[in-house]
Amino acid sequence: MEILKMTALELSKAIKSKEITVRQATQAVLDAIADYDGTYNCYTCVCEKEALERADEVQKLIDEGKLDASPLAGVPIAVKDNICTKGITTTCSSKILSNFKPTYNATVVERLNEAGMVIVGKLNMDEFAMGSTTETSYFGATKNPWNIECVPGGSSGGAAASVAADEAIIALGSDTGGSIRQPCSFCGVTGLKPTYGSVSRYGLVAYASSLDQIGPIGKDVADCAAMYSIISGRDEKDGTSMDFEKFDYTEVLKGEVKGKKIGIPSDYFGEGIAKDVKKKVLAAAEKLKEMGAEIEEFDMPIVKYAIPAYYIIASAEACSNLSRYDGIKYGYKSESARNLRETYIKSRSEGFGMEVKRRIMLGNFVLSSGYYDAYYKKALQAKKLIQQSFFDAFEKYDMLLGPVAPTTALKLGESLSDPLKMYLGDIYTVMINIAGLPAVSVPCGFDSNNMPVGLQLIGKPFDEKTIMQVAYQYEKATDFSDKKPNLIKA
Amino acid sequence: MQITKELVNYLEALGRIELTDEQRASSEKDLQDILSYIDTLNELDTSNVEPLSHSFPVTNVFREDEVRPSTDRELILENAPEKTDACFMVPKTVE
Repeated sequence: MEILKMTALELSKAIKSKEITVRQATQAVLDAIADYDGTYNCYTCVCEKEALERADEVQKLIDEGKLDASPLAGVPIAVKDNICTKGITTTCSSKILSNFKPTYNATVVERLNEAGMVIVGKLNMDEFAMGSTTETSYFGATKNPWNIECVPGGSSGGAAASVAADEAIIALGSDTGGSIRQPCSFCGVTGLKPTYGSVSRYGLVAYASSLDQIGPIGKDVADCAAMYSIISGRDEKDGTSMDFEKFDYTEVLKGEVKGKKIGIPSDYFGEGIAKDVKKKVLAAAEKLKEMGAEIEEFDMPIVKYAIPAYYIIASAEACSNLSRYDGIKYGYKSESARNLRETYIKSRSEGFGMEVKRRIMLGNFVLSSGYYDAYYKKALQAKKLIQQSFFDAFEKYDMLLGPVAPTTALKLGESLSDPLKMYLGDIYTVMINIAGLPAVSVPCGFDSNNMPVGLQLIGKPFDEKTIMQVAYQYEKATDFSDKKPNLIKA
Repeated sequence: MQITKELVNYLEALGRIELTDEQRASSEKDLQDILSYIDTLNELDTSNVEPLSHSFPVTNVFREDEVRPSTDRELILENAPEKTDACFMVPKTVE
């Protein structure tokens, strides 16, 4: 079987049984990038030399039997460019970090190294993960492999598109308000936003620290589950990471849909949802019902307050986190600055793009004296109520089901001119981050323009297993994840 | 909430950024749109609701205070735009 068509689990198995070498697998991905990335622009950096050297090292470890326990040993992986990689640029797709080479690895990078995976490059994203289209990248937009006139979604647009375009076998993204799930939905691939605290954020460049989580993006549920088993677990370098039972991905392959109670928030199908998206997601619910799930609609009126609360909290944390970019310690420094004040102002003004500046201003506004109580405190109270409505729902249901996004992929340029419109597209995803819950996005069909639609399953805290079991069975019973776009060589 | 030119200028100053006149004009409009939407949150009754900052209860995370190597100074300075004598270099701040 052709290397690029294999799932990560299949590839690792073939490598362990000596059908394929790690170098062959790595070379196949590097060749695909060389052939196709001129069209899709998924990568901000490709580390060919390091990857091939590393491939030989990993091969040796596999031959010595030292990586038998790793389900993904030998598999090439691509990493979103806000996850620190020692000696490899980590730009957050921003001018201000365009020359930044971390001196340490993020904990997730250490873990995938220990698991014998090979990093081939870094993936394009919205600048500092702020955006839902990957158009705010300093390195130019990524194109959707299903239609290059469309956005791939964002902010992990490079990650989702690279998997869809077979320029990556599997990828790591990050999700603050939907940044893994929404691009997966737009590109027809699978992604997991893990429970807050289940994956270490050490070495993830901070956007909104109370919402950020790293997670896998892959060709199918099993690959994402295997990847999650590698990256999850307590890390003493992240005080918010939690101690919990080691995740066993093989459990995901054993579950059943029968008897699962699935709630559908009726407010997820209100105003603004595209007809085709609604149809496909409800058809998925019907399919799960046929497979034995008990499906019930319920009201969740708090949905309409999710976006206001999210943009207050995320912007407030962003403006604090981004105050570290000062043109002195690392990153871009303006040439024309003559004093300290100008060093700050000019480096930041020249280094940040407009969407980042907008969120810095919004964040400073909601935190400034006189407005703090009316906005920031109010949003944290809304957060409490949002989390409570999920917990109430979980008294009755094992998981919730809904769309990932109200539409399929929009045309490039459509939402850039209207930030509010872009923000409104996050309505079904941001609540999950606010409440800290896990959610998976799996393909559930195509709209009338043949653009992918994603299904979202939302789980109880630290219960990735149950949502992935159902997603896995759904994927097996349908063929949406197997469909591939017609790729265009550069 | 009404966004004015003065408020935009104030927010630029708080965030240590400077917009062009064109960006300033579009920001005034964009921030107005966004805040008008955000103001719908006022409809939500939050009386007697405790603000929630952490998703899950996290208490202080303690560890033993052991001596461990920290990152090498040379490494940290590698990314500095300007450095001198093993220090970050900044413009003169005191006359």
